[in-house]
Amino acid sequence: MRDRIMLDTLSRQLIDRYQKGFPVGARPFRMLAEELGVKEQEVIDCLRQLKSQRIISRVGPVFDHHRAGASTLAALAVPEERLTEVAEFVNSFSGVNHNYEREHEFNLWFVVTACDQPTLEQILKDIDQGTGMPMLVLPMEQAYHIDLGFQLQWQDTV
Amino acid sequence: MSDYASRSESGYQLGAMDRKLIKLTQSGLPLVSKPYHALAEQLGISADEVQARFRRMLDYGVIRRIAAVPNHYRLGFRANGMTVWNVPDERVSELGAQIGDLEFVSHCYHRPRHLPDWPYNLFAMVHGGNPEDVQDHIQAIADLIGEDNHGSDVLYSTRILKKTGLRLTN
Repeated sequence: MRDRIMLDTLSRQLIDRYQKGFPVGARPFRMLAEELGVKEQEVIDCLRQLKSQRIISRVGPVFDHHRAGASTLAALAVPEERLTEVAEFVNSFSGVNHNYEREHEFNLWFVVTACDQPTLEQILKDIDQGTGMPMLVLPMEQAYHIDLGFQLQWQDTV
Repeated sequence: MSDYASRSESGYQLGAMDRKLIKLTQSGLPLVSKPYHALAEQLGISADEVQARFRRMLDYGVIRRIAAVPNHYRLGFRANGMTVWNVPDERVSELGAQIGDLEFVSHCYHRPRHLPDWPYNLFAMVHGGNPEDVQDHIQAIADLIGEDNHGSDVLYSTRILKKTGLRLTN
């Protein structure tokens, strides 16, 4: 059985509308409220509630890691018995902001960001030398269609 | 000299105030009636300047969009797989655009191969309500790529070991 979350119409509208991106203005939530035919405070309250329920992780700017600095995806092939220890080492770098264990010979997958390319390369070198394990460095060369957000299929989620 | 972001050969240079704004908002905007005024007060600049900087970062693509970032797991998308594909380089852009258009794909990227360990050049993150959905979605991508599919793999995540928003480090 799936654990489903019930969302009211306004919540769904806000998540859908907001995923497409929202313009900058003095009172952005009022602009959104007018578009949806509700009060500004209802929009703010609803977003606060969605955030406190962790249905949305945040409302705010989605930064392009590449343009705000330098970033790459990387992976390490770590012996199973050393995974926790190596994950902790990798996580100890503040530039590492995602780290997943995945089912593969390359089993530790993480994203490294830095203010510029030389700093990024230094972090990768430190990780490489600190672990001595096979590493893949796979920077993004092109992104396809990520600007429109993720289309949620409501009929399937409530 | 303006400390607005400017383009340079090495990429994009953010001004000091842009960095402060990013640090202040990377975990979200304040959910109050005038969020940009609230940020302005904290930074000791005008709300107009805050908005101008946001617009500029949006124009230059430093900010992709201002959005509500959904927690897919909480919304019922309990299964995801990182699919990786080896397709001919001359076809990667066209196939990437088509795959990125699929409704169950949240991210689609062209990345370099790393031979001989890693022959894949196209990544697509696939989401579904359960593992069976994800399998169906992967088959749909395989059908779309057809005979240009020179190999593929799916890497399911077994543990999240760290997940934070963008953290600027100096």
